[in-house]
Amino acid sequence: MRGKGYFFKWYIALFLVFLYAPAILLPVFAFNDSSIVSFPLKGFTTKWFEMLQSTEALHVAVRNSLMIAVTTAIFSTLFAVLAARASTRFAFPARRSIMGFIMLPMVLPEIIIGVSLLVVIVQMGFELSLFTIILGHILICTPFCIAILSSAFMNLDQSLEEASIDLGQTRWNTFRLVIFPLVMPGIVASLLIAFTISLDEFIIAFFLAGTEPTLPVYIWGQLRFPQKLPSLMALGTLLLLLSIGLLVLADFVRRRGLKKTGIESSGGFL
Amino acid sequence: MLRKRLMSEGAQGMVLISPTLVFTLLMLAVPLIMVLALSFWTQNYLTLDRSFSLTNYKTAWTEPMYQYLMARSLKISIFVTALTVVLAYPVAYFISFHVTPKRKAMWIFLITIPFWTSYLMRIFLWKVILGYNGVVNGSLMGLGLIEQPLSFILYNQNAVVLTLAHSWVPFAILPIFVALERVDRSLIEAAEDLGDNRLRRFFRVTLPLSMPGVIAATIIVFIPTIGDYVTPRLVGGPNGLMISNMIELQFKKANNAPLGAALAISAMAIVTCVTLVFVWMNRKFMRGPK
Repeated sequence: MRGKGYFFKWYIALFLVFLYAPAILLPVFAFNDSSIVSFPLKGFTTKWFEMLQSTEALHVAVRNSLMIAVTTAIFSTLFAVLAARASTRFAFPARRSIMGFIMLPMVLPEIIIGVSLLVVIVQMGFELSLFTIILGHILICTPFCIAILSSAFMNLDQSLEEASIDLGQTRWNTFRLVIFPLVMPGIVASLLIAFTISLDEFIIAFFLAGTEPTLPVYIWGQLRFPQKLPSLMALGTLLLLLSIGLLVLADFVRRRGLKKTGIESSGGFL
Repeated sequence: MLRKRLMSEGAQGMVLISPTLVFTLLMLAVPLIMVLALSFWTQNYLTLDRSFSLTNYKTAWTEPMYQYLMARSLKISIFVTALTVVLAYPVAYFISFHVTPKRKAMWIFLITIPFWTSYLMRIFLWKVILGYNGVVNGSLMGLGLIEQPLSFILYNQNAVVLTLAHSWVPFAILPIFVALERVDRSLIEAAEDLGDNRLRRFFRVTLPLSMPGVIAATIIVFIPTIGDYVTPRLVGGPNGLMISNMIELQFKKANNAPLGAALAISAMAIVTCVTLVFVWMNRKFMRGPK
């Protein structure tokens, strides 16, 4: 019994080191006072963060990415609300296959999605732009949003909705006054997750970016230059903090929502 | 009833699902069909010959370079999948069986956080960790375990396998964890009461019952890894490149989109076949002992 427990503790400890190694090293090198990203460390500095402030190309990329991420978050959540509501509340023909098809981008290699969208855009004679990236991002974010929202909609008690209709409310009012407030935490979580995925997505943006880069496309371009690496570490640290902040917020909102419907939370987002 | 006066359940469902469905059809099905069509056309420098031809598939399946890249991608994906599932299973088991129920959600959250941190930086840092002057070599030399930096850990297929396993391990833990949570604990107790020791209990009860999770993990990891582009480019070196790097090359620099499309379709076909064979074998195996 004891031997087994020890094995597990050691294994889990080593596993967590493996899992978190990159995330821990990122801030270490971001504050390291050396233009070479390697050990031994040379001392503490914040100059790499200051460097970020004066890089104009980076600011453009951040603005592009934020615009894409916000738009993606709104539209994929909208599509996901419809799909999650339809699949959890109504039985319609071929429901399983339709849902399977909509969820497909979750397992499809991103390069396939990137390539196929590129083919369509080029064949149709459209220009590559931020708009085409948004379309690609909505496609891959929607399944994640559906996964989150399905659990929110599934936890709804259908009798509440029936009560509202019996009491003379219209369908729209029932949705607005009864269902919407109950699934609100799921919607917020879905917006945050879609935003986080879109902000970090590289492959599709790489294939569909025209002349305007997104943040990951900008980072990819800079990775080639050794002298840019320390400031990229600083940028990575900021992104790390931002994603963790958004995720903690999303998880908090989601769990509070579950409490409201009276269900114990178990498990994460996926 | 009010509802009868409105629409039938099925019709309401269809109306609700249609915007998302239409969007996915337009952005996924139509593009995939166009890639399929493109793979049968041929590129003549700047013009596209739209007559049906199998030339691209012939090139993709017979030229040694493409055969080699495809085989290597498949091999790397299989190694990554195996490594990921082996790494993930004990963690999922630990969370399901050794963590108090209240703490489980926190542990799952802990496991998923690294997945959400900047994808490019995460992979790039493996280059820093495994590099010639990297963290691993630095600490091994500091401890006096080696005298020369190890060179076999970066810019090769091992580095690609390790880095991909790191990226995908949360995706493997989650389905296995869910399957383990569903295992009826009284069955394990029954096995214990009937005299099975820990190991036998695990192999005869827990593992078979958690197989659906293992299969889901295998599929979730295997399908996307074969198409990974960034990891081979950053840590793979010249001998670690995979099929997606070639697909990108054909679509961009080599300006032979039809060949790129044929390579992409071929890769997808191979992945689908391997997945189906795996699922089929597993069904047979699962039915066998019972």
